[in-house]
Amino acid sequence: MTLFLARKLTWTLATLLVASVVIFLALEIVPGDPAQVMLGINATDETVAALRKSLGLDQPPLTRYLSWVTGMLQGDFGKSHTYSVPVVDLVAERIVVSLPLALIALFMSTIVALPVGLIAAARRGGAADTGIMAVTQLGIAIPNFWFGLVLSTIFAVWLQWLPSGGFPGWSAGVWASLKALMLPAVALALPQAAILARVTRSALLETLGEDYIRTARAKGLSRRAVLWKHALRNALIPVLTIMGLQFAYLLAGTIIIENVFYLPGLGRLVFQAISLRDLIVVESVVMMLVAVIIAINLAVDLAYLVVDPRLRANH
Amino acid sequence: MLEIEDLNLTIGETPILHQVNVSLKKGRVLGIVGESGSGKSLTALSIMQLLPNGARASGSIRFGDRQLLNASDELMQDMRGDDIGMIFQEPMTALNPVQSIGDQIAEGIILHSGVSRDQADRRAAEMLERVGLPPTRYPLSRFPHELSGGQRQRVMIAIACAQGPDLLIADEPTTALDVTLQAQILDLLKSMVEDEGMGLVLISHDLAVVAQVTDDILVMRDGRVLDSGPTEQILREQKHPYTRQLAEASSHIPERQEPILSDDQTDLGRTPLLVAENVVRDYPTKRESLFRKGKPFRAVDHVDLTLYPGQSIGLVGESGCGKSTLARMVLALDRPTSGSIAFRQANLATADKQELQKARRDIQVVFQDPFASFNPRHRVERLVSEPLYLEGHISREERRRRVAEALHEVGLNAGALDKHPHEFSGGQRQRLAIARALITRPALIVLDEPVSALDVSIRAQVLDLLADLRARLGLTYLFISHDLGVVRAICDEVMVMDAGQIVEHGTCGDIFDAPQSSAAKRLVEATPDLERALAKRLDG
Amino acid sequence: MRNRSFAIGFVITLVITLTALISFVWTPFDVTALNIAAKLQKPTAEHWFGTDHFGRDVFSMIMVGARNSIAVAFVAVIIGVGFGVPFGCWAAARGGLMDEALMRGNDVIFAFPALLSAVMITAIFGPGAINAIIAIGIFNIPVFARLARGAALALWPRDFILAARAAGKGAARITIEHIIPNMANLIIVQATIAFALGIIQEAGLAYVGLGTQPPFPSWGKMLNEAQTMMSFAPHLAFVPGLAIVITVLGLNLLGDGLRDVLDPKLSRTRR
Repeated sequence: MTLFLARKLTWTLATLLVASVVIFLALEIVPGDPAQVMLGINATDETVAALRKSLGLDQPPLTRYLSWVTGMLQGDFGKSHTYSVPVVDLVAERIVVSLPLALIALFMSTIVALPVGLIAAARRGGAADTGIMAVTQLGIAIPNFWFGLVLSTIFAVWLQWLPSGGFPGWSAGVWASLKALMLPAVALALPQAAILARVTRSALLETLGEDYIRTARAKGLSRRAVLWKHALRNALIPVLTIMGLQFAYLLAGTIIIENVFYLPGLGRLVFQAISLRDLIVVESVVMMLVAVIIAINLAVDLAYLVVDPRLRANH
Repeated sequence: MLEIEDLNLTIGETPILHQVNVSLKKGRVLGIVGESGSGKSLTALSIMQLLPNGARASGSIRFGDRQLLNASDELMQDMRGDDIGMIFQEPMTALNPVQSIGDQIAEGIILHSGVSRDQADRRAAEMLERVGLPPTRYPLSRFPHELSGGQRQRVMIAIACAQGPDLLIADEPTTALDVTLQAQILDLLKSMVEDEGMGLVLISHDLAVVAQVTDDILVMRDGRVLDSGPTEQILREQKHPYTRQLAEASSHIPERQEPILSDDQTDLGRTPLLVAENVVRDYPTKRESLFRKGKPFRAVDHVDLTLYPGQSIGLVGESGCGKSTLARMVLALDRPTSGSIAFRQANLATADKQELQKARRDIQVVFQDPFASFNPRHRVERLVSEPLYLEGHISREERRRRVAEALHEVGLNAGALDKHPHEFSGGQRQRLAIARALITRPALIVLDEPVSALDVSIRAQVLDLLADLRARLGLTYLFISHDLGVVRAICDEVMVMDAGQIVEHGTCGDIFDAPQSSAAKRLVEATPDLERALAKRLDG
Repeated sequence: MRNRSFAIGFVITLVITLTALISFVWTPFDVTALNIAAKLQKPTAEHWFGTDHFGRDVFSMIMVGARNSIAVAFVAVIIGVGFGVPFGCWAAARGGLMDEALMRGNDVIFAFPALLSAVMITAIFGPGAINAIIAIGIFNIPVFARLARGAALALWPRDFILAARAAGKGAARITIEHIIPNMANLIIVQATIAFALGIIQEAGLAYVGLGTQPPFPSWGKMLNEAQTMMSFAPHLAFVPGLAIVITVLGLNLLGDGLRDVLDPKLSRTRR
């Protein structure tokens, strides 16, 4: 058990290290000199060189990599070239949009998907199952940004119940902020819920075909009791895996939905930073997101241990 | 107590059972015997009303004064696990992997008697004690993966018997276990039935098993009951031709002729074909802690083995004794950790590729499971000719001719060439597997449990074929099995393996009649044998 | 049921692919020709799906857009299969350190948020179809590598592989003769899923302006342009969106159907 944790932790750190190198190298080979981009094409060579020096761009790559990594370890993610504020502050400003959005979407997706998947599995082949399968099949096919557009047309443009975009900020009131996040969250949640419901159903059906389910039935348990007491826990591993992937996706992959609803989230921050060649922001934010995703994967792995005693023994 | 009358069963459009009649009195043991597809398991599932979807049954299944056939779910849920318990074949998958064994035993107790958790746990502990897993060594908190197959089957029995049912149904409860475990589980079942006064329905493909334990017997084939009555009478008189056929097949010994060795082979006869010396195979185990490696597991422990041309040697042992690992090393699919295996003086572990390919032409293999041993996507021509790869390029006509020849040797016609493996029955596939082993005209064939997965009548045919091939082609066999009875049918000499070591070596007769080592004694004692079972009954 | 989803999926996929192919030789209108006089028309007999703010025929744009979507997603799948499957098979056959290293490399790619990274790649190396293909394709590789490795690991201990080894065949030959054909159905099913996802991703990239560049129309870009006109010309957003939904739905149904049609266990019972 401790051995397993030690191994897992080592691999996590190694993955982080490799990821940091990959990110750094990727941005090294980016065409376009940040200093040149910032100053515009009319700048003289001298001013560009001076700016490069002040940004530390004249240092050799290894030096810059090391100072970047050591900085991050001390909580210093550098300073944005364009905004002239520490990256940490930028991120803090944006995460209060992205994180609640991801959490709300994950919450909505989960509370819809799990019961729906359970019902479909319990009524396998019945009308409810067929209907659920058809709807989820459609749900998976809908791109979330288009669904966002449709939702905003209906609820913001036609009905005018909710704002069509923008974010007032939490200081403007919790309710107003939640209203602003509602449509994007629904747009994100729908395809995720469809996927999760299908995974839940197929995982349950697979476990329902196992021999131990027949054993439980032979004990006198009803179909319903077997589903809840025996099938559900065994079906949890694939469901947890997908939920972990979805949370990672929702946190980092909302970039397009943020464009649809003009939300000042992390995705848009990176998007703008890329076009402005504000590389230190791109580097640091992507690194943070990668770290979060790796942390989520680790958490999912640990959750497996809780669910499945076999894994506790094997590692 | 149990009375099945005119039970008919169809699944979808396929009729499965026809007019099945079964009758069982309290405290009696009924054996249902039949080969695969005879409908014996579905008869059992009908009693539990746990039939697959799409099954329709008619007739009557009375249990005491209640009609079970098409009974309501509520009634059946009350009966299952309380009045009727059931044990299944596959102990490795029949227990929920994420629940402790205590929870799984207690679950039924709480459900049916509504006692508190503590009381249920106490009862579960009693049951574990009763089935031979004392809770001091096997606490309730154990999980199934921490138990062996035999131990899991004991837990299954504890679950099925926890409520002291009137009727216990055991569907091939020992088929997945080796013979010693089989004997232990049968003993346990027998004593549970005697102590608790339960009725037992024991379903098995093995007449000898049924002969040991049951009072009455029912012989089924193709969904019909062909023969039934008191076990002793039925098996002694063998009036029904099918019963006789089954009985003969189960103790079938092929006619044995000594292989006709060519001059070439006789010359070689004095030099051994295969010599294994001091062979050791270790497997790494999981680390004990961050800084300490686990002690390696020694699967094969200083084994010596010599095979002369034309010999047929059996290698027997309980599962996990290392016999399959040894076989893999003989086949050069695995390397010894230390020691050497030489085939015609060429050391397989150090041989270069050319030498190895040459040796492989002379060492072929037949595996246990005729369904798993063929790539399902290829046709017979390609499947059987696979070892011809060892001979380099061969023209299409030549290949087809050789495959047809090999098929002919095993009693299949050349029409099989263009078929896929799923178009053959289990017995035919095992013939294909033997054809594949013959195609390079090898000297040695390693037979790894070649008949364990086959029904008894098919098994008899395949054993005949193997004996005949050996005689005609002068083959040498290394025959691996957990079943002494089968080994006796085909081998001259037997080696008994236990915990990685060869503990006894002798002729079949010697080992059967006077086993010396404890492993051999266990095996001989546990080997089901129809004659002995009947003789024992007469004494008892 | 299974054959129905296969049939529906197959027909949809076929129709979309044919549409894309026909667009090479014929579209009702020239998609590069602007006709401001006919702008923002509702669907009519002449313009089946109406016209956009430049007066271009939306139906023609959908046809040409299909070409883009399919090409980008398809090549991205080819990249994923072409690199991922050999990597996965290799890792499974070699085992040990090589396996560990390859799979850890996989984990690193998995740790990158795919969509964000695709945006990064296309933004940095310049928007366009080629970069979109690469950006989507890279993140397909670990998916197929993991799938292939898992399937290969399950196949290696099987008896028929042992028999092939006993016949002296090496790892490469066994992989080609036995391993890959027996995992092909898994790969094909996953490929249709990745294809469907690729269509959505390509549309997403195009939507934020990083996909196929003007003057060629693409579904994602059409959505982007339609967004500001939602209040008075909603059909401009609905039509390309529906095109994406139907294409993706068709591919998913095809994948589901293939899963059952290709399953040797099912085909065995059907005989």
